[in-house]
Amino acid sequence: MRPSELRNHERELHFFQLRIGVAGFAVLAAFALLLIRFVHLQVLQHDTYASKAEDNRISIVPIAPNRGLILDRNGVVLARNYSAYTLEIFPAKVRDLERTIQDLGEVVEVQAKDRSRFRKLHAEIRNAESLPIRTRLTDEEVARFAAHRYRFPGVEIKARLFRQYPYGDVASHVIGYIGRINQKDKEELARLEVEANYRGTDFIGKGGLEASYQQELHGTTGFEQVEIDAGGRGIRTLARTSAQAGNNITLTLDIRLQEIAEAAFGARRGALVAIEPSTGGVLAFVSKPGFDPNLFVDGIDPASWTELNNSPDRPLTNRAIAGIYPPGSTFKPFMAMAALELGKRTPRSAINDPGYFEFGGRRFRDSKPGGHGYVDLYKSIVVSSDTFYYQLANDMGIDAIAEFMGRFGFGATSGIDLQGESAGVLPSPEWKQKRFRRPEQQKWYAGETVSIGIGQGYNAYTPIQLAVALATLAANGDMYRPRLASHIDNLRTGERRRIEPALVKHIDLKPENVEFVKRAMAGVNKEGTGARAFGNAGYTNGGKTGTAQVVGMKQNEKYDEKKVAERHRDHSLFIVFAPLENPAIALVAIVENGGFGARAAAPIARTVLDYYLLGKLPEAPAAAPVKGGGAADARDEEEESD
Amino acid sequence: MELVQFSARRLLQRLTGGIDSTLFSISLLLVALGLATLFSASYENPGRVTGQLANLAVALAAMWLVAQIPPQTLMRFAVPAYLLGVALLVAVALAGDVVNGARRWLHVGVTRFQPSEMMKLALPLMLAWYFHKNESTLRLRDFAVAAVLLAVPVLLIARQPDLGTAVLVAAAGCYVIFFAGIGWKVIAALAVLGLASLFPLWGMLHDYQRRRILTLLDPTQDPLGAGYHTIQSTIAVGSGGITGKGWLHGTQTHLEFIPERHTDFIFAVFSEEFGLIGNAILLALYAILIARGLMIAANAATFFSRLLAATITLMFFTYAFVNMGMVSGILPVVGVPLPFISYGGTALLTLFTGIGILMSVHSHRRLVQT
Repeated sequence: MRPSELRNHERELHFFQLRIGVAGFAVLAAFALLLIRFVHLQVLQHDTYASKAEDNRISIVPIAPNRGLILDRNGVVLARNYSAYTLEIFPAKVRDLERTIQDLGEVVEVQAKDRSRFRKLHAEIRNAESLPIRTRLTDEEVARFAAHRYRFPGVEIKARLFRQYPYGDVASHVIGYIGRINQKDKEELARLEVEANYRGTDFIGKGGLEASYQQELHGTTGFEQVEIDAGGRGIRTLARTSAQAGNNITLTLDIRLQEIAEAAFGARRGALVAIEPSTGGVLAFVSKPGFDPNLFVDGIDPASWTELNNSPDRPLTNRAIAGIYPPGSTFKPFMAMAALELGKRTPRSAINDPGYFEFGGRRFRDSKPGGHGYVDLYKSIVVSSDTFYYQLANDMGIDAIAEFMGRFGFGATSGIDLQGESAGVLPSPEWKQKRFRRPEQQKWYAGETVSIGIGQGYNAYTPIQLAVALATLAANGDMYRPRLASHIDNLRTGERRRIEPALVKHIDLKPENVEFVKRAMAGVNKEGTGARAFGNAGYTNGGKTGTAQVVGMKQNEKYDEKKVAERHRDHSLFIVFAPLENPAIALVAIVENGGFGARAAAPIARTVLDYYLLGKLPEAPAAAPVKGGGAADARDEEEESD
Repeated sequence: MELVQFSARRLLQRLTGGIDSTLFSISLLLVALGLATLFSASYENPGRVTGQLANLAVALAAMWLVAQIPPQTLMRFAVPAYLLGVALLVAVALAGDVVNGARRWLHVGVTRFQPSEMMKLALPLMLAWYFHKNESTLRLRDFAVAAVLLAVPVLLIARQPDLGTAVLVAAAGCYVIFFAGIGWKVIAALAVLGLASLFPLWGMLHDYQRRRILTLLDPTQDPLGAGYHTIQSTIAVGSGGITGKGWLHGTQTHLEFIPERHTDFIFAVFSEEFGLIGNAILLALYAILIARGLMIAANAATFFSRLLAATITLMFFTYAFVNMGMVSGILPVVGVPLPFISYGGTALLTLFTGIGILMSVHSHRRLVQT
């Protein structure tokens, strides 16, 4: 090492040691600061903190907010709260749970149902502070327990708010229900960083609007600082911040219309969606069968849960957004629209319908043996000619069909303000490629395109999709996002927030083409397959019947309703909008296994429209005797070809 | 017989070679205090104490091993360790496990670990190597390069999000840069710039982020949420008084008012049970450990070992200060364990590896000069 370098090195070392000194000084200063803080807390303020910790521990008690109400468009309450007494056990403070429950049975009535629910809750929710053994105690029971209270340490009476759904199973899939917060809900709340606001809250929306507007309905948790003694009992309240009730949600739905629609279904399974085409507001939303959401509010008992869950009618499935159905002939107006827009057909295009379409050596049969003879585009919709649309689909090709129907929202979720929506299936070669594994299944065969034209084949859509597509057609191409909520009210500030209609997009359609399809749909209800249900309606309207096959049929097999098992019978569909000028309502009705569209679904649609547009109440009990279809006379089958 | 005695002595020498008795005894004393506190905090689960003993065995083995490695050899690990650390952080960002809403953990075979923990040592190692390599020609440009080397892992950790660890890793990097001799004027300029940028930053924050920061400043604003920890731990510290409530007699602890009392908030338990006297002893032990570390740094042989030793020592200080400050309510709540005291295997391993590096620097202080 040369001397200069050595000197340089020494200077650097000196420089470094200076910095070490600075660091050492900083460490001392920081530790001095800590020490000052410790002296401050542990010597100067010791008495304050000691009393906080030892004599009186301050407990922070959360005050759960009142959940917001759900109201229909006219202000009718669909979900509300009421206060009731519950008898709650604090598992951590009870030595022998079984014994305590047994002894409690001598004082207040404890049924087997209550016991099994308590056990289920106890197993599911670990670390729960308290769990209810009985809910909705009578005043007499409260008094009786108060007298025996000394016998039951760790058991207390609490006043709690309960959710109540006055309309029972009406609109149950719209309103949904609330249930206890479980582990998964807790994780979700932690993810949203709102878990502190849920202290003291045991329930959370689990389905329907109760779930999708959970954060609006919940409100803000208040808290009380309470001095508690060594036994944990409150002595006095030191400070209190009130809870703020959740916001009220007002719907676009009309509960009277909803009741009429549900009554029209009777005991049949199915779905109905009615939309206001100019806003996307949902007027009625039916999924049958429903369920009684009141069963869930204080913890559903295991027996009822098993029954709901295992019923072959699947009452917990929201058919309107999660049920997927082939659209059947209700697809034809959209096919006609596509043909006109893409220049594949003109209003004057006509065929001679022999009753079948031959393709690749295979005969695609029309539902009317012998065919409809001369059929132009107008007649193809009015009489629902299958042959016409077999040929049209073949001429258009699957890619053009998929592209055009995609514009109308087929095969995509609609974005309605409910959770659990299915996307359905918009068939295309790309879809098939993704859906299947084996190469021979992945290939799209030209023959598969043919039945797509009449809404069969791989076509599978949710009722809400079909309703949005129809509403878009009715509104001349304006597609609005369907929604159930119209207003959100903050009761504290009096602020009313309107949920504005959301225009998803405008589909460019030639006015004369839209006009033509609407006119043909009007023809359906005047002189075609919908004429029997919609003849002499006191308003203009346009519709289309549909019958969707549930089980595939062999080429030469004839569908015989009477021979087919009830659950394998065709689904009955009907779509309708009214009035023709400035439509106020677009409606889709599906009756599962209802047979011909004109017979089961169309009368339901008529009942709903009559009430909505004319205020006319249904005359007789709405449930028509068509469940089995056996009562229908054979004469009808000729005209009901769709 | 003599031969046996002789070889036994040789073996003992071999085993204790490179072990610095001051560092070793102080850190073991701290661990002992930690185990006693842990025993009190986990009366409902005594298995934690034996678990921590097993962690200690692993950590001590690592310390012994690292103490045997000369700093020159350690230098060779700098770049690979840094690159591996960054690669693992990227892997976490892409495929890590999400725990409590943050993506921090990585699966390795049957076990999981946090690559951010490894960065606490890998980053100072890397920066010390970089400055050492360019020792004779250090210019402002080198500090800029160092700043980039620092920013990459820090931003990756901050994105997880784990703001606490990101700040700590950033601090470690800043210490290296400070000891490497960045000019006082540059430091002053950066400080002014940092303060000035606070105002526009505040404007860019979301409402909920602002509320969170305000809660840090005044915990009583949100007693159910973020403020709860601070309120309860301050009560525990304050109620401890001068002599404390006695071992196993902390009411805040045993009534479960203190959250995370085994890990980040164990100091609240210690402080409640051993009082101001206990706190003063704890501060003194940390002060001796830090003084010893800084001394080793001042006498180290190479630029690399100086930087490394000084930085590791200041990291011990930072953990201790931030943790005690947070528990006693003068610093915001961030997830930092109290060194040698808090329960946790990974932290203990990192700490004793750091101690091992200090020992190695100390025992090789003269080798280069010959």
